[in-house]
Amino acid sequence: MLKDITLGQYFPIDSVLHRLDPRFKIIFTMLFIIMLFAGNSVWTLVLSAVFVLMAQFLSKIPLKMSWRSIRPLLPVLVFTAILNLLLIDSGEVVWEWQFLHIYEGGITTSIFMIARIVLLMVGSSLLTYTTSPILLTDAIEALLSPLKRIRFPVHEMAMMMSIALRFIPTLLEETDKIISAQKARGAALDSGGIRERVRALLPILVPLFVSAFRRAEELATAMECRCYRGGEGRTRLRQLKAGVGDHIGLGVCLVFLGASICVNFLKL
Amino acid sequence: MAILTTEGLTYIYSAGTPFETAAVDHVDLQIGEDLMVGVIGHTGSGKSTLMQHFNGLLQPTEGKVSLEGKDIWADKKMLREVRFRVGLVFQYPEYQLFEETVFQDIAFGPKNMGLSGNEIQRRVLWAADSLGLDRELLGRSPFALSGGQKRRAAIAGVMAMLPKVLILDEPCAGLDPKGRLQMLRQIRDYQKQTKSTVLLVSHSMEDVAEYTEKLLVMDRGRLFCYEDTAAVFRKVEALQEMGLRIPQIASLMLALRQRGCDLPEDIYTVPQAKDALVQLLRKGAVSC
Repeated sequence: MLKDITLGQYFPIDSVLHRLDPRFKIIFTMLFIIMLFAGNSVWTLVLSAVFVLMAQFLSKIPLKMSWRSIRPLLPVLVFTAILNLLLIDSGEVVWEWQFLHIYEGGITTSIFMIARIVLLMVGSSLLTYTTSPILLTDAIEALLSPLKRIRFPVHEMAMMMSIALRFIPTLLEETDKIISAQKARGAALDSGGIRERVRALLPILVPLFVSAFRRAEELATAMECRCYRGGEGRTRLRQLKAGVGDHIGLGVCLVFLGASICVNFLKL
Repeated sequence: MAILTTEGLTYIYSAGTPFETAAVDHVDLQIGEDLMVGVIGHTGSGKSTLMQHFNGLLQPTEGKVSLEGKDIWADKKMLREVRFRVGLVFQYPEYQLFEETVFQDIAFGPKNMGLSGNEIQRRVLWAADSLGLDRELLGRSPFALSGGQKRRAAIAGVMAMLPKVLILDEPCAGLDPKGRLQMLRQIRDYQKQTKSTVLLVSHSMEDVAEYTEKLLVMDRGRLFCYEDTAAVFRKVEALQEMGLRIPQIASLMLALRQRGCDLPEDIYTVPQAKDALVQLLRKGAVSC
């Protein structure tokens, strides 16, 4: 049930994409997002789709996993698409029934929006599927390190992030366990009105918070026992090194981005 | 009559991903009434997963689980009823406490059953007494209790539902030796008093040897056997192969027998061993 949430879940197999430098993968993702939203033509979408499919193929991540990252968004997607369909009144009327009118503009906007969000989800979840959370935060720290000059606590931020990421699966598992334990005592989690349902959450939230605080305290103690004192003078076990593949990847991304901006200017 | 029956019960985790594993693999079981059953198996052998099928927390991928002859998944509306009749206490149950007072926490289950106020009161007090929880603790916040008391409060919360089958997953994990002994005795007394079936999941062979009549042995998702405790401990080699062992006192008895001591078989608890050794010494035949 809760295990279906795939945010930040690493999919541990070996592939070209898995082996790339995480710093580059973050940059690729950012370039991809710019590409996706830079243009307004169909060709932008086609290019982005080709890009995502290529990455998907290289990552060897089963399509089923990507479907999982879209599925929770489906209701929102459908809902906004319907709103767009009914509320946008540009272009010609395509269909009408009593007070409902659907215009050309509405149809194109809905299609663009759905395509963009689906591509965005699939593309960006490839980053988290192919990069372990630890590498991801290392990369974020490396990319943000220029901010250290203005005394921005980059290392502390990255540490907090990796701790948070590290504890997502733990807390999910814990939640699952607490839910099971309370269900075993007959807690009714899926019936009754809103007030009863909120009340029914208490037996889950209270133990969950208690245990989150307990874990936080234990972790802080453990870190202090090991004399943890932040990033100053700290070296790394794993140095991030960019290889040939990373530069090729960067080239490919830039070509796609360039192409996408070009088609936009040419108004194809 | 069997109270819990499984037929070809199979459960597959994370189907369709690289993590796919059969946690429970074609298990056929018939567990009787009024019994103390020990559940043993190496870590990851599927004990806990199997237990969660008994009260319908997990739905089998394949196969059937029946309570008193009725398939528990036949009518999903009856699942809640099933959970009242098959009580499950998870490992480290103290982390599920949430109410303002211990009393209210123990009353959570009975209240969900829709019992009357008087009945709830009676059951809470009874469960607290059975586990040796001081009555004055009942008014306190569960978070103010000691670790052992929290554990007792949590177990009392399930016992107060008076289930026909009570499943306890490692109820003694992390308790000190005295607390452990007390807990096991209280569980046995509970079983005797209620004539229910108690399933005790444990890693301690000594505990299951002393307190259970039957043993359910799991090995890598399969049911290795479900037999009388004595019969299971006769399978020394098979147990060792799956990473289990026989109780220490049973190993000692076995070693003595192999050296030629005239000791009976099937001794696996300390009191039994004591009697046998005293008898042997009285006979004066100490040559081993």
